[in-house]
Parts: sequence; structure tokens; C-alpha cells
Amino acid sequence: MPLEVDGKSYETDEEGYLADLSQWDEKVAVALAKSENLDMSDSHWEVVNFLREYYSEYQIAPAVRVLTKAIGKKLGKDKGNSKYLYELFPYGPAKQACKIAGLPKPTGCV
Amino acid sequence: MSDAEQITKKFMYINRKAPYGTIYAWESLEVVLIAAAFDQDISLAFIDDGVYQLTKGQKTEAIGLKNFSATYRALGDYDIQKIYVEKESLETRGLTLDDLQHLVYEDEDDDYAEKDSIKLVSADELGKIMEEQNVVLSF
Repeated sequence: MPLEVDGKSYETDEEGYLADLSQWDEKVAVALAKSENLDMSDSHWEVVNFLREYYSEYQIAPAVRVLTKAIGKKLGKDKGNSKYLYELFPYGPAKQACKIAGLPKPTGCV
Repeated sequence: MSDAEQITKKFMYINRKAPYGTIYAWESLEVVLIAAAFDQDISLAFIDDGVYQLTKGQKTEAIGLKNFSATYRALGDYDIQKIYVEKESLETRGLTLDDLQHLVYEDEDDDYAEKDSIKLVSADELGKIMEEQNVVLSF
């Protein structure tokens, strides 16, 4: 089902992940978040932006364990734990945050 | 599971093929990234044309494939600390360690010091390391 943002249509896969990650922008992110019933706060953006940086450097979306460790290192220990990340993204930080970041589903994610 | 029941096995993933042209290199890398979640003793070996997987400066635009060479640099984040490169395979192809990406991991037991993941080994040495493995998977 394509995602509609401001009259523009974006192709997504059957689970709602953006087909072409180069089409991503912040408006698309907000719309993707809405499809997950999430309102984007500054804390959500922090994680989403981190994932985009990680992807552009390594060409993969990190596993949750790797994400948690890396977030802790970059944003502080209070944020580098799964409780914090699951509070922001209740259906899984890797799954939901990657979707909002316009990235493919993480490797090994079921 | 209690500690007593926790069994750690030695897994080695052998990579023998050039990075593009077949799906083996990428598939192997994906399997390794998934397997890394299971806290096993993982090592990677690069032999024959497999050594090309680790080379610097790969450019894939002309063949329309994703350049996944950057992903090898994430292996350290996944606690993969042993990447063996066979010396003879490098030499036969006119390559040296300088032609390969610099891959590192952080050693938790040494105040998170960055250490080299790539270990250059001869075919004989690699053979001995293979003998110590519980599981060897070849790609």
C-alpha cells in the first residue's frame, strides 16, 4: 500500500517499509510514525537520526543489541538500555525505528 | 538457561568467493550478523577469491549492486574479533594487508582498547585453526 504524504505517493513493501530510502525526508518519517501510532518527540528523532547515520556508514540497520550499545555510547548510559528504547518504540526499536527512518527491516529481525 | 547448560561452540565461516557476481559473500555476511546474536565463539576466514571481499575502495555503481563492503566494518560492533586472512591467497593475487580495510573491535577486557580484527595466517596455520572448530560453514 503506497504511503500518501502531501499529495505525493511513496511506494512501500507489504509491511510498510519505504521501498526507496532516498525518497525519505522528515515529513515521510512523521507519516511513517503515524502509521505506527507514534508521535515523534525529540527523543524519537535522536534514535531515528542515529539509525540513518549508522546505515549510511555501514549499509545495514544494526541489531537491537548493537543499537543499544551504540546509543549508550553516543547519547549517554541512561539511553543505552532496552527499557528506554522500548518506551519510545513499543513494538521494537529496531523494527519500528528503522521503518520510520526509511531503512530496510534489520537483518535477523523476525 | 543456567550457566552450566550454556554451551558455547566454535563456529567458523569460510569465505572463498569474490564479493559480487554470486550471492555467497553477502549471504555469508548476513548469516554471520544473525549468528552473532547467539553468543557463540565466531571466527571468519577469507581464502582464495574471498580475500577480495575485504578490499578497500570497492565501487559498485557500474554493476548496479549495493556496495556492502562498509558492512565488514560493523563486525566489531557485533563482537566479531577473529577475522583470518590466508597469506597465500593474498600473495597469489598480488595483494597485501594494506589493500584490505582496517577492521577493529573494542576489547572489553582491556579498557575498550581498539584492536585489529584481521589476522594474517598461513594455509598451515589456518588448517590448524579449522581443526579446532565445532562447526565450519563454507560460502
